[in-house]
Amino acid sequence: MSMQKELWKGNEAIAEAAIRAGCQAYFGYPITPQNEIPEYMSRRMPQAGGVFVQAESEIAAINMVYGASAVGVRAMTSSSSPGISLKQEGISYLVGANLPAVIVNMMRGGPGLGTIQPGQADYFQATRSPGHGDGHMIVLAPASIQEAVDLMWDAFALADQYLTPVMVLADGMIGQMMEPISWKRDQPLPEVDKPWAADGRDGDGKTHFVTSLRLKSADNERFVQDLAQRYRQIQENEVRYEATDCENAEIIIAAFGTTARIASTAVRQLRADGVKAGLFRPITVWPYPDQALRQLVLQDSVKAVLTVEMNLGQMHEDVRLAVRGDKPTPFYGRTGGMVPEPRDIARAAQEALQEVSE
Amino acid sequence: MSTQVVYQRSRGLQDVETHYCPGCHHGVIHKLIAEVLVEMDLLDSAVGVSPVGCAVLAGNYFNCDFVEAAHGRAPAVATGIKRVKPEMLVFTYQGDGDLASIGAAEIVHAAMRGERFTTIFINNAIYGMTGGQMAPTTLVGQKSTTTQAGRDPLQHGQPIRMAEMLSTLDGMAYCERVCVADMGNLHRAKRAIKKAFTLQQQGVGHTFVEFLSTCPTNWGMSPVDAGKWVLSDMAKVYPLGVVKDVPKEEKA
Repeated sequence: MSMQKELWKGNEAIAEAAIRAGCQAYFGYPITPQNEIPEYMSRRMPQAGGVFVQAESEIAAINMVYGASAVGVRAMTSSSSPGISLKQEGISYLVGANLPAVIVNMMRGGPGLGTIQPGQADYFQATRSPGHGDGHMIVLAPASIQEAVDLMWDAFALADQYLTPVMVLADGMIGQMMEPISWKRDQPLPEVDKPWAADGRDGDGKTHFVTSLRLKSADNERFVQDLAQRYRQIQENEVRYEATDCENAEIIIAAFGTTARIASTAVRQLRADGVKAGLFRPITVWPYPDQALRQLVLQDSVKAVLTVEMNLGQMHEDVRLAVRGDKPTPFYGRTGGMVPEPRDIARAAQEALQEVSE
Repeated sequence: MSTQVVYQRSRGLQDVETHYCPGCHHGVIHKLIAEVLVEMDLLDSAVGVSPVGCAVLAGNYFNCDFVEAAHGRAPAVATGIKRVKPEMLVFTYQGDGDLASIGAAEIVHAAMRGERFTTIFINNAIYGMTGGQMAPTTLVGQKSTTTQAGRDPLQHGQPIRMAEMLSTLDGMAYCERVCVADMGNLHRAKRAIKKAFTLQQQGVGHTFVEFLSTCPTNWGMSPVDAGKWVLSDMAKVYPLGVVKDVPKEEKA
């Protein structure tokens, strides 16, 4: 284990972290701003004894992940927003077949082709129900390259533990910038027993059939209820967030990923100007840390909670669900690939406070 | 009186009833694959990939492992499996809607990469499970629920010959079109499966066996007439025989 700092580009660091965490197969398709992930994987994965395939489409890539996972091998794919839309079908099948997998989304501004600049407008797609059906995936939202690297271990571990796809939801900013990081976790995850894997019959001749088809609706309902039970466990045990300066704050800014990082500068500026501002940053955006946020917001000192995102107000819904109308919940967002400035966020916070004092 | 067993269910199949219609050739084709798996001692190390279509439940019928794929994606799923488990015998089992329509990209690129799994392609010129709609393989003039006056080339195009089309790709090592409509063809079909699995084990490239198959229910024919129609009409548009055999050509 080396705590020495190394300078890494986000996409390459994430790819290297996946390999170090124990990922054995990567399947992907080019799309900006995540191209360094397949490029890096193409040369490093074979060196590490793993598999790299450049698929013919994002659809094929997620289905290759499905195949590798169905026979018990840790596998991942990556893409950016338009490509993630194409993977929705495959993610739904992963959910329906109880298969672990990791999907990295380096979000860009949408809709449609949009732009290659950073965005956060895939929040609904990631956190509500991926693809069709009644499923969820665990969604981890790093705010730095270091955190993205560390979360790759958690992503594969959570996928194996809960037999679910896990999405690492970052954006073009994290993919494209370079930062010093240290390899805090250098050991691959332990092998996990996968008795369900279709990797050959058991000794007693028992076969495995990995499928998401349950033709009898009562069987299918039972399956979805089992999923719901697992989701409740995830909600109880896997919620992660970071609250900075929220104690006795008069305004809490809620933001995730890159936007939270920018908002932390705004909080410092506000504090310097005498405004008691705090930052609430969910690390899991599904499951959402709604109880933690609610408790902080219900402090007498808090006059408002300002949601800031690079979209038109998607996480804003989760914030409002947590606050349930007990405090004002204004919103400030830039979208379409535009990144907010700290001073814009600080101004939005000042305006929000002014509005509630009027 | 002593009894002698002259015929029994293959050990490669589970002891269950299938849901296939009377006269449908899926059952016979399943049996041939199962017999080859037994004869090559592959039941413990084989994995099949089932499609969306009538064979969606194939994993309940075979006595080996199975993975059910999304519609058309079986070649991508099989690619993922074979790349991480090269020691396994991997085969897909896809219908014509699955392979030649919604999954056209996946099969073209799996063949282009020379993926070392075997495709079993069941061409019955119609969508069976959804109730008899036109497939890309439907013959000109053939009636279906979406071509009620018969397939019109000007409106719907003409039948797609997947075996020939895929054989233009250098990654395709062995490609044969067979049927099970009579005993001679049935034996040729079994030999084709065995050859494809053997070549897969030798790692020569993609191997592909297309079956002309029946759908008496949606064709509106008796099982006997459906079998005859395979030979009289389908085989004219889709000629039976070896389309490509790279190992043999190299030897010659």
